[in-house]
Amino acid sequence: MTTETATGLVAVVSVTIATLVIGTWGLRFSRTTSDFFVASRSVRPALNASAIGGEYLSAASFLGVAGLVLTFGADMLWYPIGWTAGYLLLLAFVAAPLRRSGAYTLPDFAEARLGSRGVRATCSLMVVMIGWLYLVPQFHGAGITLRAAIGAPIWLGPVIIGTVVLANVSSGGMRSITFVQAFQYWLKLTALLLPAAVLLIVWAGDGTPGSRMPADPGWSVPLASGGTEGLYLTYSLIVATFLGTMGLPHVVVRFYTNPDGRAARRTTLFVLVLLGVFYLLPPVYGALGRVYAEELAAAGRSDVLVLELPRLMVPGLGGELLAGLVVAGAFAAFLSTSSGLVIAVSGVLSQDVTGKLLRTRRITGVAVFRVSAAVAVAVPLAVALALPNVGVARAVGLAFAVAASTFCPLLLLGIWWRGLTDVGAVTGLVAGGLGSGAGVVWTLADGSAGGWPAVLLEQPAAWSVPLAFAVMVGVSRLTASRVPTHTRRFMVRLHTPEALELDRG
Amino acid sequence: MTEGGRPERVRVTGPPRRHLPRTRTGDIDDQTRLGSVYLGSLMREQLRLALRTVGVLMLTLGSLPLAFYVAPRLSDVQLLGVSLSWVLLGGLVYPLLVLLGWRYVRRAERNERDFAELMSEVDR
Repeated sequence: MTTETATGLVAVVSVTIATLVIGTWGLRFSRTTSDFFVASRSVRPALNASAIGGEYLSAASFLGVAGLVLTFGADMLWYPIGWTAGYLLLLAFVAAPLRRSGAYTLPDFAEARLGSRGVRATCSLMVVMIGWLYLVPQFHGAGITLRAAIGAPIWLGPVIIGTVVLANVSSGGMRSITFVQAFQYWLKLTALLLPAAVLLIVWAGDGTPGSRMPADPGWSVPLASGGTEGLYLTYSLIVATFLGTMGLPHVVVRFYTNPDGRAARRTTLFVLVLLGVFYLLPPVYGALGRVYAEELAAAGRSDVLVLELPRLMVPGLGGELLAGLVVAGAFAAFLSTSSGLVIAVSGVLSQDVTGKLLRTRRITGVAVFRVSAAVAVAVPLAVALALPNVGVARAVGLAFAVAASTFCPLLLLGIWWRGLTDVGAVTGLVAGGLGSGAGVVWTLADGSAGGWPAVLLEQPAAWSVPLAFAVMVGVSRLTASRVPTHTRRFMVRLHTPEALELDRG
Repeated sequence: MTEGGRPERVRVTGPPRRHLPRTRTGDIDDQTRLGSVYLGSLMREQLRLALRTVGVLMLTLGSLPLAFYVAPRLSDVQLLGVSLSWVLLGGLVYPLLVLLGWRYVRRAERNERDFAELMSEVDR
């Protein structure tokens, strides 16, 4: 065994063990079904924000962004910006009211707000779809990382991640996951920050090559190439990421672990800080890769840039150790994001599918949750193994577009507009889902043709989000007699501070 | 009692002498029109604040793609040896987001405090 595989192996094994140990430690606190789902709603803002950050920074953030910047240049900086700014919009429109609604998942919120089982079923379906769409690239990233780190076959990474996540989620649920996720944010930050600092020193020691080159316009201008089409793609990406964050099922679930609406806001502000610090780093790797590792982009292996760069720039044992640290961070990224997604998906499954199927057999809520977690892992794992060639950042980007076109209108109108009806919500969800879904199918199936139709399908958010809003508002207006009678009482619950003694329905 | 007999006795009373203080939260609980006005004012304030926050974001960050589209030479501008587009998009954006978020949280909490004060005042 070479030192190369040894450091990689040690990194992967120690992250896995640390995750399991912290998960088991958390298990001692988690006793009831409520602990499993929402940590009994008692997590403090700083810890909760670390957990949200740990959960949110996925394979796409840790590996994808640097690789995209290396290949396509400055316009790819919009990805991390959008992934952060999404939390500002979530903070401004959704955070406190969503917490105050008292619901646990997006389907819970929709049902409580609109009093309709049909809306609930539609939302459950969308949560599972978005969750799985987001899980597949996590499993892919794990395969790529393990192959780069220890030369493992491409299927091994997904299988390991799936097993560890399942063990962790079904043993401790949300409470232990909160500790695990918080730990993993700090691990991920260290794993990018420390090597980046060393690499910048090496770069300065080499006499800062590349900094005085004439700017390459195709690479350093922050617009996708191709005139108005590039402008459309950039703005559509902005719409998808800014508005999609609030509709991601694993992000939304986190808000129920805050004690009240005020804490939910403070948590979100913390998250903005944590993400802002983290996202300063991937572009550094991208820019250094431009100087030291340009051949990776030419070879189509830009996703492994973060993993390879320390070894390319620092020869010997130092480089190996840094590379091991980065591998550990990457592994933490897959583990934490997949855990959060599996929790969200299996929460919905256990309430709406398996719970109903198993209810007659006197099985406890916790056992139902475990069965659901197994289903939530198995399906995307099978897809990842069957289709090993879907790009990491591209698939994640599509999950954002679908979330922005479905749950974003539902949340914004449900929280701020009294006129929303159940029929309006369902038709809007279907319209937005079909519009953005067409983009998903197009990209996964082919996505190679040129011209405006292809551009519109490649990045659908700029038209599918307004479409969903228009349908939701229009149909609600037409069915105004169906506005639920409890709407005003529900608005009191969403918007008034908890300290006031009010009838909240 | 016979037909056309004495009408039923009616007790004639004046308005109650002691006016029970009515809390404004009671107006919201009973869903009176006044309660609706109170709730509406809180929601409008919070929504306006949220829209203002996003508006500032759109005017600053959201205008950048258009700026670089209209004037691509902007990225030739160098700050400390780094291209302007990288300084803006890779660095300065994040403090801006945190600042906007911080300002929003402060004002949203102030709106809620004002609302709570309004509710605790008693009409006599």
